[in-house]
Amino acid sequence: MIDFFTTHAPVLTIVVFIFGALLAPVFGRINNSLSYYCALITTALSFVLSVYLLFSVYNNAPLEYFLGGWKPPYGIEYRVDILNSFILSVVSFVSFLSVIYGYGSIKSEIYEKRHPAFYSVYLLFIGGMMGILITNDIFNMYVFLEITSLAGYALIAMGRTRYSYMASFNYLILGSVGATFFLIGIGYLYMQTGTLNLTDLAQRLQGHFDTNVVLVAIAFIVVGLMLKMAVFPLHFWLPDAYTYSPSVISAAMAGTSTKVAAYLLIRLMYTIFGIQAGFSGINFSGIIIVIASITILAGSIIAISQTDLKKMLAFSSIGQIGYILIGTAMVNKYAFAGGLLHILNHAMMKTALFMVAGGFFYKFTSTKINDLKGMGRQMPFASAMFLILSLSMVGIPLTVGFISKWYIILGAAQSGYWIVVPVILLSSLLTAIYFGRVVHNLFFKDSEASNTGILHAKIPYSMVSSTAVLVFLCIFFGVFAYMPVEISLKAAENIIGAMPWK
Amino acid sequence: MIDNFPPFAVFYLGSLLVLLTKGRIRNTILVAVPVISFILLTNVDAGKYLEYSFLDYTLNLYRVDKLSSVFGYAFLIISVAIAFYGFHVKNNKEYVIGLIYAGSGLGAVFAGDLLTLYFFWEVMTIASTFIIWNGKTKDCIQAGFRYFLFHLAGGLILLFGIILYISETGSTEFVHMGWTDLATGLIMLGFGVNAAWPLLHTWLVDAYPKGSFFGTVMLTVFTTKTAIYTLARGFSGEELLIVVGAVMTAFPIFYAVLVNDLRKVLSYSLINQLGFMVAGIGVGTTLAINGAVGQAFVHIMFKSLLFMGMGAVFYRTGKINATDLGGLYKYMPWTTVFTIVGALTISTFPFFSAFVTKSMILSSIAHEGYGIVWLTLVFASAGVLHHSGIKIPYFAFFSHDSGLRPKEAPWNMLVAMGFLAGLNILLGIYPAPLINILPYEVSYNPYTLGHVIYQYQLLLFSILAFTLLLRSGVYPAEIRAINLDFDYFYRKAGTIFMKFEDNYILPCFNFFKKLFFESIPSLLNYLTKDPVKLIYRVLEDEPMGDDGIKMQGWLIGWSVFVVTVFLVIYLLVFMHF
Repeated sequence: MIDFFTTHAPVLTIVVFIFGALLAPVFGRINNSLSYYCALITTALSFVLSVYLLFSVYNNAPLEYFLGGWKPPYGIEYRVDILNSFILSVVSFVSFLSVIYGYGSIKSEIYEKRHPAFYSVYLLFIGGMMGILITNDIFNMYVFLEITSLAGYALIAMGRTRYSYMASFNYLILGSVGATFFLIGIGYLYMQTGTLNLTDLAQRLQGHFDTNVVLVAIAFIVVGLMLKMAVFPLHFWLPDAYTYSPSVISAAMAGTSTKVAAYLLIRLMYTIFGIQAGFSGINFSGIIIVIASITILAGSIIAISQTDLKKMLAFSSIGQIGYILIGTAMVNKYAFAGGLLHILNHAMMKTALFMVAGGFFYKFTSTKINDLKGMGRQMPFASAMFLILSLSMVGIPLTVGFISKWYIILGAAQSGYWIVVPVILLSSLLTAIYFGRVVHNLFFKDSEASNTGILHAKIPYSMVSSTAVLVFLCIFFGVFAYMPVEISLKAAENIIGAMPWK
Repeated sequence: MIDNFPPFAVFYLGSLLVLLTKGRIRNTILVAVPVISFILLTNVDAGKYLEYSFLDYTLNLYRVDKLSSVFGYAFLIISVAIAFYGFHVKNNKEYVIGLIYAGSGLGAVFAGDLLTLYFFWEVMTIASTFIIWNGKTKDCIQAGFRYFLFHLAGGLILLFGIILYISETGSTEFVHMGWTDLATGLIMLGFGVNAAWPLLHTWLVDAYPKGSFFGTVMLTVFTTKTAIYTLARGFSGEELLIVVGAVMTAFPIFYAVLVNDLRKVLSYSLINQLGFMVAGIGVGTTLAINGAVGQAFVHIMFKSLLFMGMGAVFYRTGKINATDLGGLYKYMPWTTVFTIVGALTISTFPFFSAFVTKSMILSSIAHEGYGIVWLTLVFASAGVLHHSGIKIPYFAFFSHDSGLRPKEAPWNMLVAMGFLAGLNILLGIYPAPLINILPYEVSYNPYTLGHVIYQYQLLLFSILAFTLLLRSGVYPAEIRAINLDFDYFYRKAGTIFMKFEDNYILPCFNFFKKLFFESIPSLLNYLTKDPVKLIYRVLEDEPMGDDGIKMQGWLIGWSVFVVTVFLVIYLLVFMHF
């Protein structure tokens, strides 16, 4: 029995979601709350499986799993290495905690009878991302990308604000444009090589980088993925999507979806585009670094001018995606590890921040920064967590934010991309400004009289505890950074060292 | 184990306990925390304790040697006085933050490596910002933000320097490094921000006068003195520091004489005193380092005493401007006496503590033959007499009768001030305990006949000059006018400099502030949201209004357009067009 689980672990991490998504509405028929437990168990199972995969590939060689026994390049191959099992664990962990969080918040934000459907779509949303991470087949990646995106559109539209539909529609159009670009790119690559398996593709592309077909394909793929990632000039969909969706979805999305798109780009950059050497005389690293720098600064600057907490966090997410890109594009072991660590760290920080924002929304039905005056007194625990998370975002030592910043700067110093250093320093300052403003409102202003009247129910324990776990981890991994650092350094060594065609 | 329990941990624990208690129990904890730490510190032998590993580096949380101990003792002694000073404050918030702040200062001083130092450095920045914000006025908020950004920028420069240093040398230990390359230069600059180097000093005079009567006293102790410690540890003997120190002693005098806010006067005078220490560190001989460190020690005592005196006045009257105060000696006699003791100490009268240490710095500079620097420092010493020695007590307690009838400061404030005043006199008459704990073994006796006479000459002639100018003024002697007369030479230079700062430097800062914090964000926000609206409005002359969802229709079209442009750019780049 155990044997079955261990041999089929790669595919099981995906299959649990598909079964979960199918079962949730069925259980919901019997009893509405059963669907919640269905989602809880599914995400918990996938988390356990992901961690198992991570440990197994960390200690042994990467796992290759052929669906239905069809060998690549004919069949679909699932390939687990340290890089993707690390992100698998992050995604499944965040989604698991979000489900716990949702126990309290969903009741107040989504109509009772829609709950089973909500959980079903939610599981598809996460399952799609897990699929993107684990597959080694580029067309399969596109399929999963569409699954997760479509589920995402539906989830955003479940928000109760009037504008949620519009936000979802915007994302639908732009997300489809992005996905289509990605598909066009895949089509061109297929035209050139006749294969869809990444490893195979990498070998066959060798020597064809000067052809226009491949160059156009790369351009389409990169732009499409950047749209999905919400890199600065292509970020229009993200702020509204995060702001007007239900609290759970903002939290889960902020921690996962853009990071998965970033993973796609990283994976393709390193395995098939060969960013290590550059192709066709183009400094690909340089381009990505410049764009990431602009993203970091622009995201932070726009965040300063926001008046809504959730929107501010959304713009901050845009900036933080830049960190991940900038770290991974430098082609340096330490910088790559820094970028990879930031996937974990930012997932924890931003999810927790959106959870806290959801807590404020739960209590005051508002996330306007001005309405948060004096909350330090009324919601001391939530405000304290917000403070810790803000410090982590700024990158104060002993929080996770410091660890990723440390490695990215270290990598920049070693690889000679000096432009990165002032960008990161400046962005830390900007981050301090926009979080400082909120912290100041929370702790050093007296609450307005009108606010005290509308205090209703206490925040449910499920919401508080799941946030507290993340906040604790933000400090825990900041102090005892050994484990994630080791994993990401090893992942960095593997991916930078490996040039499949050589 | 209990022997090498580090002081910062005691403070952090204390902070937690203070959060949960109030009233008398809280006050007991407040005094117990520094006292316990003091006992622990005196019992610990020099050495390195509490090594731990972080990111593959072996770090050292608690390094006790002579240099760090001096600062540790000073911080702990002043913590007792500050705890007493604020006994009557009901709100715990300032104490909770204050203990973390003081604990981080201690942590930074005892940190054996650069990473640990950086951690405490940043915590100190945050805690001190919160203390400023606690002043609660509108000015505090702005000043607190400016303070935070300034220090964060300094901290980031420091961090970058540290990362470079570690990746070059592979060692994290914080030892003497000297300015040899970019990495150490950045580290020095990062320290310099906290040491209020010229042109990097604005945060100090901006933020310190804005805290609450109690918060400001805490602020003045830890941040700057920790920076002095780090400079002494890492960059002693760096010639640049002599010049920087000399400038620091001289330029605040012009300001200190001009400003009206008495706490601001003290803030400028703080920079001036830091200058003596920085110059001493720059000289780097054993006598000079001893002098600088000793000066830091006594400076903590007498500058806090002065700030406490002004804090008491501020607390009782709610006013702190020289023009609003005066004639308080009848109503606050003890505060007056203690402030005068502080003023005499800062003016380096013989038989007050600063006389001993400042003499060490001056004679070490003379001994090494830096003539111009020596003259600057002597000039600055004379200047101190006017702005801190005479101006502070004169305007607050004598001068014209302001009509204020405050009560004497509460007993606990008087105890704190009396304690510090007594300490200053004690160390002035019997400096052996201080000289014994200094980092190097040096026999130095400031009380030679010649030196004492020389010092009296300097001071008395200064006072004579003051009196003559006072008398030669237009009769009847309007006090502020006399002050103006006396300041004439300063003012010429001072006003030109201030005008320059007002007309060029500040507008420049404001311009960039406006550009980066208002114009660019709003423009970007506007553009990314809806650029067509801009053109539309210009063309159609549409009134500005809230257009909500209606205009959101543009968003999709516009973004798809941008995506296309982006794609085209990529294609062009990739195809080498």
